[in-house]
Formats: sequence, structure tokens, C-alpha cells
Amino acid sequence: MDIISIAFWVLTAVTIGSAAIVVFAKNIMYSAFSLLFTFFGIAGLYVLLNADFIAVTQIMIYVGGILVLIIFGVMLTSKITQIEFKGGLTGKMQLGITGFATLILAFTLITVFLNTNWFMKGNPNEVALSTVNDIGQMLLTQYLIQFEVASVLLLVAIVGASLIARRK
Amino acid sequence: MTITIGLNSYLIVSVLLFCLGLFAVITRRNAIMVLMGLELILNAANINFIAFSKYGGFNIEGHVAVIFVIILAAAEAAVALAIVLNIYQNYKHLEIDEINKLKN
Repeated sequence: MDIISIAFWVLTAVTIGSAAIVVFAKNIMYSAFSLLFTFFGIAGLYVLLNADFIAVTQIMIYVGGILVLIIFGVMLTSKITQIEFKGGLTGKMQLGITGFATLILAFTLITVFLNTNWFMKGNPNEVALSTVNDIGQMLLTQYLIQFEVASVLLLVAIVGASLIARRK
Repeated sequence: MTITIGLNSYLIVSVLLFCLGLFAVITRRNAIMVLMGLELILNAANINFIAFSKYGGFNIEGHVAVIFVIILAAAEAAVALAIVLNIYQNYKHLEIDEINKLKN
């Protein structure tokens, strides 16, 4: 096994394992904190895929922004951190049916992926040293309008969120 | 055991993340847990974008798409958590099954 494979397996284990903790943990604080490891694992996968800028962005925005926001939300809202899946017979049935359907979906998608002849181009082992330059060029030429719209959207979201969350 | 790490490995990781997120969105009752499931789903989509970008001739447009997805996820998380705080002020809980009034 070369170093890339080892890194891939470790990062996959971290990502999927902590995502499973996020989904199945009884305490919502455990979920929020293991989401941290999921995001770090995904950032590592981005590094393996030669996406340096996206990896740093992932850490800065998801871990530094969204996760902090989620933890704030958890702390501000839950007196009782114990949360449960839906109880009773209907709850168990719903849980079973959903789990079954999700597994079926996963197997179907994996089968489709393994049997599709994807469009491949170039040698994935030889890539540019850094993507930052290309991304900057792209954002300010081809995707300029989307870039500006996104900035306006962020402004609107900030104003809207603070307006909604204001204590009346 | 030597499995070469290729496009399919990353796609399978993203499928697993997506299914875990979908399961959380459908089954959990707490609104914040649903938001966390949504974040997992968005991250699964991002992994797909980056993987196809690398193996499709290092096309940088996938990276740009991921940047926009991250921007939208940040905006969505901010607004959704503001709404969650408001719901909590009105209902004193976040059980999304029982939140069924637009106005009290």
C-alpha cells in the first residue's frame, strides 16, 4: 500500500465513522462535535484530490463558521440534550423502513457508479501546483455575475438572519 | 489487499455520506439534527464535484461550483438557525413533528 491509499483509508474511516456518530448519537452535543471530525476528514479528502483552496475553504467556513453556528444553536435551544428517534411502534416502523430504503438507495447508487463508464480525461497524477490562480481567474471572468449575486445573497442572508433572530 | 484509489472510491464515500445525511433528515426529530443531516448531504455533493473535477482532466469549474455550494450552505445555515431560535422562543422545543402553526 502506498501512502496515498493509507491516507485515503484513514480519512474515509474518520469521515464515515464520525458521520455515523452524527446520525446515530443520542446526545445532540456529541452529534455537533463529531460533525467537526467529519468536516476535517472531508477537507483531507479534498487535499488528496488536489483541491488545496477548497480544503482550506472547507476548514475556514464549515469548521470556523457553520459548525460554531450549529453549536451555538444547540446550546441556545436544548435544555434537555437527550434527544430520541421517534418513539412507539410507528416510530420503530418508520425507522426500519427509512433505514431499509436508505440502504437500498446506497446499494443502487454504488452499483450504478461501478458499472458506469465515466468520462475520463488526462492523467490524474499530473496536475497544476496550485488551483488558487485558476479559481481566481474563473471567478472574475466566466463566473463574475454569479460571484456578485452570491455576495449580495450573503448580505441579504446576514440582514435577514439578524432580523429574524432578534428578540421582540 | 490493494485497491487502487480512483474515481469510484471517492464516489462511494460520497454515497455513504449522502445516505447517512438522508437518514438523519428523515428520522431525527430535532430541527438542528435535520440541519446537520443537510450539511452532510451538501458535503457529499461537494466531494462528487471535486472528484469529477480531478478525474475529468482537472477541470477547475468543479471547484468553482463547490465554492458556490459552500456560500449557499453558509447562508442557509445562518437563516435556518435564526428560524430555529425563533421556533424555540415560541414553542420551547424543536420537535419538527409538532411545529404546525404559522402564527400563534
